[in-house]
Amino acid sequence: MIRVNSLSKNFNNLLAVDQVSFEVQQGEILGFLGPNGAGKTTTMKMLTCFIPPSSGTAEICGFSILNDPLQVRTQIGYLPESAPSYDEMLVGEFLRFVAEVRGYSGIEMKRRVGMVIEKTSLREVENQMIDTLSKGYRQRTCLAQALIHDPPVLILDEPTDGLDPNQKHEVRSLIKDMSEERTILISTHILEEVDAVCTRAMIIANGHVVGYGTSDELLSQSLYRNSITLCLRNADPRKLLDEFNQLDFVYSVENVPDSREGMVTMRLFPKNKETISCQLEQYLCTKNITFEHFSVDRGRLDEVFRELTTVS
Amino acid sequence: MFIKGFFPILNRELLAYFRSPVAYVFIIIFLTANAGCTFMLGNFYDSQQASLEIFFLFHPWLYLFLVPAVGMRLWAEERRSGTAELLLTFPVRLTTTVFAKFSAAWLFIGISLLLTFPMIWTVHYLGDPDNGPIITGYLGSFLMAGSYLAIASLTSALTKNQVISFILSVIICLMLVLSGWGVLSETLNTVFPVWISDLVGQFSFTTHFDAIRRGVVDIRDFIYFISIIVIVLMLNVVILESHKAS
Repeated sequence: MIRVNSLSKNFNNLLAVDQVSFEVQQGEILGFLGPNGAGKTTTMKMLTCFIPPSSGTAEICGFSILNDPLQVRTQIGYLPESAPSYDEMLVGEFLRFVAEVRGYSGIEMKRRVGMVIEKTSLREVENQMIDTLSKGYRQRTCLAQALIHDPPVLILDEPTDGLDPNQKHEVRSLIKDMSEERTILISTHILEEVDAVCTRAMIIANGHVVGYGTSDELLSQSLYRNSITLCLRNADPRKLLDEFNQLDFVYSVENVPDSREGMVTMRLFPKNKETISCQLEQYLCTKNITFEHFSVDRGRLDEVFRELTTVS
Repeated sequence: MFIKGFFPILNRELLAYFRSPVAYVFIIIFLTANAGCTFMLGNFYDSQQASLEIFFLFHPWLYLFLVPAVGMRLWAEERRSGTAELLLTFPVRLTTTVFAKFSAAWLFIGISLLLTFPMIWTVHYLGDPDNGPIITGYLGSFLMAGSYLAIASLTSALTKNQVISFILSVIICLMLVLSGWGVLSETLNTVFPVWISDLVGQFSFTTHFDAIRRGVVDIRDFIYFISIIVIVLMLNVVILESHKAS
């Protein structure tokens, strides 16, 4: 549904997006991650035909952003960064305006406005001036306008930015609910969003794609992948370090500072990031070592993100 | 299709004017300034004429400041608030959007102009005026306001800052007013051949409006104003496109 092919954008001498290529299919939610200024918003602006690319192209539902910009825009629901809307309008009025611009009138327009108001829970502020809305409601109002034409493709630039945890949860649930029959691209720098919403993620830095895959695939690049944190009471840390270091399935061991009285916390890194929980449990059992806490780390996205975006 | 999205954008824009106190302030200033210029500066009663020639005489000067004040927000505000990103990603042609926003502002000025209708009553009460020059005067004034507004819309697209937009459009409009000013023509005649001052004069708002306000209906004067509007608005489209690209 979204096919991006070597998309680049120069602003004078600044290369904001460099040869970015990717595809998003129907039913997928692609999380677009990257530090500020990485090129996420610029890429989204090109996909929505707000700005033209310097080179490369993209297709949205088979329509080229270069040759069929009007067709592309009919296929897309777009939530720009910081959710702009017309402050002097009432929420309902604004949504009716968007519906009219998109070619709906009469009963059909009312039906669509009613539908998005329900979907985004805007009923109680329908007759309120946008200027007086809280950030959460403003975000939802702008999201509602993006849904009014029931688009097959949604491009959402930081849809949960500035929302409180409850509002974030609501917006994420809404995005997930809509994903089945849609293609969704969301940009974010909130890493937890990848696990919470996205089926896949792409990390971009300095205009380049530096990471791409499912959350699990990205986590597999983490140094902490399958590492085990072990808390033991009244143990000798030096003895334990020696013992664990001699295990053939352990790559390295570190003593994690623990402020609790009499507690020793160790982190064991497996060889080749393999799963070692069974082997370790067996070993602890054999050696009659009792533990207070045992946890396996899936990996840390923030560390992968930092690694990929700072190295590039 | 050009018309798709035109009326919703026009309606929204017009609504935005009337939702803002600036619109009412503008109308009050416009009506007061019109009355002040006509009766005090123009000595309307002393002229002993039941016509609106004096009323229209000051319009090029009034519009010089008032129309850029209406037009300065057209694009600058959209760009400042970020709504341009929303508006320009709707499935509507940029040309349609530019013309729709312009038309709303022009309509607003037209409404303000219509509110000067007590002047028509006044001249009818005082005498038996010829309605032809009154109608052409209003039409010419409306077209001239459109030309000022097109320039204000263009300068508004050039910057996010409304004050800069206002100053730029006042300067451009002032040049187009002064290019038909007699003193300037005489000065040009002393340095350049006469055809140059004639050519410069032909670009002036006042040259074309003076004929209309006197009731002289020359289609070329109307074409001049319409051409200015269309050409400048198309330039506005080009500017917005180039902004997007850069």
